[in-house]
Amino acid sequence: MKIRIKFRKYGVMKFIGHLDIMRYFQKALKRAGIPVSYTEGFSPHMIMSFASPLGVGLTSDGEYLDFEMAEGLSSIQGVERLNAVMTEGIEILSFLRISEEKSQNAMSLVAAADYEVCFCPGKEPGIKSKGEECSAPSWKEAFSDFLDQPEIRVTKKSKKAERELDIRPFIYEARVDGETIFLRLSAGSVTNIKPELVLEAFFLYLGQSMEPFSLRIHRKELYAAQEGGEARTFVSLESLGSLF
Amino acid sequence: MKSLALSDEILLTIEKPARYLGNETHAVMKNKEEVAIRFCMCFPDVYEIGMSHLGIQILYDLFNRREDTWCERVYSPWVDLDKLMREQGIPLFALESQDPVRDFDFLGITLQYEMCYTNVLQILHLAGIPLHAARRTEADPLVIGGGPCAYNPEPLADFFDLFYIGEGETSYPALLDAYKSNREQGGSREDFLKIAARIPGIYVPSLYEVTYKEDGTIASFTPRDPQIPARVEKQLVTDLNQVSYPTKPLVPFIKVTQDRVVLEIQRGCIRGCRFCQAGMIYRPTRERDAGKLMDYSREMLAATGHEEVSLSSLSSSDYSQLPQLVDFLIETAGQEGVNISLPSLRIDAFSLDVMSKVQDIKKSSLTFAPEAGTQRMRNVINKGLTEEDILKGAALAFAGGWNKVKLYFMLGLPTETEEDIRGIPRLAEKIAKRYYEIPKEERNGKCQITISTSFFVPKPFTPFQWASMDTQASFLKKAHMVNQEMKEQLNKKSMRYNWHEAEVSVLEGVFARGDRRLCKVLEKAYENGCLYDSWSECFYLEGWQKAFAETGIDPAFYTSRARSREEILPWDFLDVGVSKAFLLKEWDKSQEEQVTPNCRQACQGCGAGKYRTGVCKENREEISCENTN
Ligand code: SF4
Repeated sequence: MKIRIKFRKYGVMKFIGHLDIMRYFQKALKRAGIPVSYTEGFSPHMIMSFASPLGVGLTSDGEYLDFEMAEGLSSIQGVERLNAVMTEGIEILSFLRISEEKSQNAMSLVAAADYEVCFCPGKEPGIKSKGEECSAPSWKEAFSDFLDQPEIRVTKKSKKAERELDIRPFIYEARVDGETIFLRLSAGSVTNIKPELVLEAFFLYLGQSMEPFSLRIHRKELYAAQEGGEARTFVSLESLGSLF
Repeated sequence: MKSLALSDEILLTIEKPARYLGNETHAVMKNKEEVAIRFCMCFPDVYEIGMSHLGIQILYDLFNRREDTWCERVYSPWVDLDKLMREQGIPLFALESQDPVRDFDFLGITLQYEMCYTNVLQILHLAGIPLHAARRTEADPLVIGGGPCAYNPEPLADFFDLFYIGEGETSYPALLDAYKSNREQGGSREDFLKIAARIPGIYVPSLYEVTYKEDGTIASFTPRDPQIPARVEKQLVTDLNQVSYPTKPLVPFIKVTQDRVVLEIQRGCIRGCRFCQAGMIYRPTRERDAGKLMDYSREMLAATGHEEVSLSSLSSSDYSQLPQLVDFLIETAGQEGVNISLPSLRIDAFSLDVMSKVQDIKKSSLTFAPEAGTQRMRNVINKGLTEEDILKGAALAFAGGWNKVKLYFMLGLPTETEEDIRGIPRLAEKIAKRYYEIPKEERNGKCQITISTSFFVPKPFTPFQWASMDTQASFLKKAHMVNQEMKEQLNKKSMRYNWHEAEVSVLEGVFARGDRRLCKVLEKAYENGCLYDSWSECFYLEGWQKAFAETGIDPAFYTSRARSREEILPWDFLDVGVSKAFLLKEWDKSQEEQVTPNCRQACQGCGAGKYRTGVCKENREEISCENTN
């Protein structure tokens, strides 16, 4: 059967990169005695797939991992057994059964992600003004002006090339909550917008440039899109699974 | 949640931040207020190397089993972080608590190879502990060294408060108890060192005085106090089944060298190769029960989630219960998708059969360590591997489908002639011939023979401890000769040749048989910027050359100078079981090209029989190998 686990990544574990998190789960699933299925062949390995790699330095409340396993334990046992072998900084939130269909893979489903972004102390825009003052009294008001633009053009760098892109349509939701910026951004294999990209554009809009290590980013949730009716709706990857 | 010693900004700037976080599975957390002793265990090299070391895992587990002790770890910060720590004055910290190492009671440093010595100074320096033991105060940790290089601790004598000679399981409990009771009684650091020096296996360098003759050799080596023993006795575990084993080893987040469950099947080696220090200092050979190891493998695989299990020993083929153990591993571990790796196996029908079951023949290569190119030379070094054995093994392997062979040799061995050097590629040629004798249809392509040579470094407590070490120029000439000779072989296209850098070997030779006077060279070299000497990308030869020049010390005194049989060697004050008389006899026999049977064939009365354990006791009613000193 196909299983999806949702987990939280926090604390010192934010410094562990994606590939090492994969290794971590390979070993942790074995420690927990989860009957994970292996590929055939001379050096069998677990069949598992992560929804969307989380960058080093980011924390998250909504990470997903899918894998195949043999029957023999319940959702509750799955959560318990895994949490019993986790190190501090990873917590299993749910252990659910999902559809067997290939198209239902976490990785291929991801369409959007929620983020909470804060500025590191002293790294807010407009505070350390270098000559040019921005017109809005605080970055919070400036941020809503920034979002009101019809388009937000950025240069998106990938490994191979740079390209110009209007990211405004991919910012599905954005608001300021206290000192935190909430963002719902397009994610997944088609158009993956990182929150850093949005914030860099914001700094540019203010005529400033973002220094490295200015942001604290926390991923809240990952979503799949459901087409139907007029509007696209987003449902969390977790809600596609069921308790068993 | 714990706070880290390094800022987010630093951790996101440096390579592999996971090296500095702790928090690994099975890392031990305790409340520092509730323990009496805080011990920081250090492997002075990068995390990935240090985390792969079984000895540290054993001691970490042993110490943390004590309620009164919290043992943590530290490794050498890699050069990127090293630079930032110096610039920003960040003190070296232990991984578990992230507390400064300076605040600990003990800093234990394992000394696995000479080329980590500058890293030892880096550790002390970054921790903010005075480099010289003499300058430390009550507030500083006690710095204790151990591991194979502690069998000649003298080149590090100034920097350590104490050394532990031998296997840690034995005297550490007494040492920690003594530390606690000394402190409870209000005793000073000096008081403790005097007490410690009387615990078996503990050497306190500051309590011994060394004088020198005019020719630079040692005139006397004596305790400064009549209560301090003149000889320090190596510690060893008499029954490996009675000591604890780390069945919940640390599981790192990043890939390390040894990313697998390690089963230590035995300690010591019965063979008696004359160049090999491990084969002498760990005598006698002692086995761990296969039944115990089977239990450990089950427990450890479950506790770690590792996907590979490996055996650790100097010569696995000599482990008497190998067939049972291997069968068990193949049956149980193999079923759960766990790979089995079997290093240090002699190539014969048994091992090939086993290996064909556990590895992909097409991808794996076979390793032979003839160590020398001719039978004459192999007799000199007492490597009981004949050309016949090698060729037979290779032929069997080729018939079984293997086509990759790795051959390891040493250059610069005592009595070596041109014939012996040229014999190296010639042996490779004979192996290649065996391969091409197989009908074309049955072979799988070309064979690949990789010849590697390292330069021989004479080590303390071996029969070659009196030998003169080759010079750098001569080493390079010899490597060149091997290369030339290889090009003259018929099957040269199937061969490849690598050799080690000679400079590092020469330096290793200096420190391996060095004395206290080298402490100042080491300190200078460190000041000149030498660090991570075992990493070729970091090795800084000029820094070392300058250090020798500045201190007026001639490296040749330690390397190429031949020692007389009467000379007091810097490590003579250690009693490792194996007697000087035995080593001298072996040194003489090597000159006569005579081989010595191994411990199982015929006991040689080497001196290690006094421990009355292991192979010395096997199949023998009485211990016949005593009183040979
Ligand atoms: S005393 Fe004999 S059996 Fe024991 S280690 Fe020495 S040579 Fe081997």
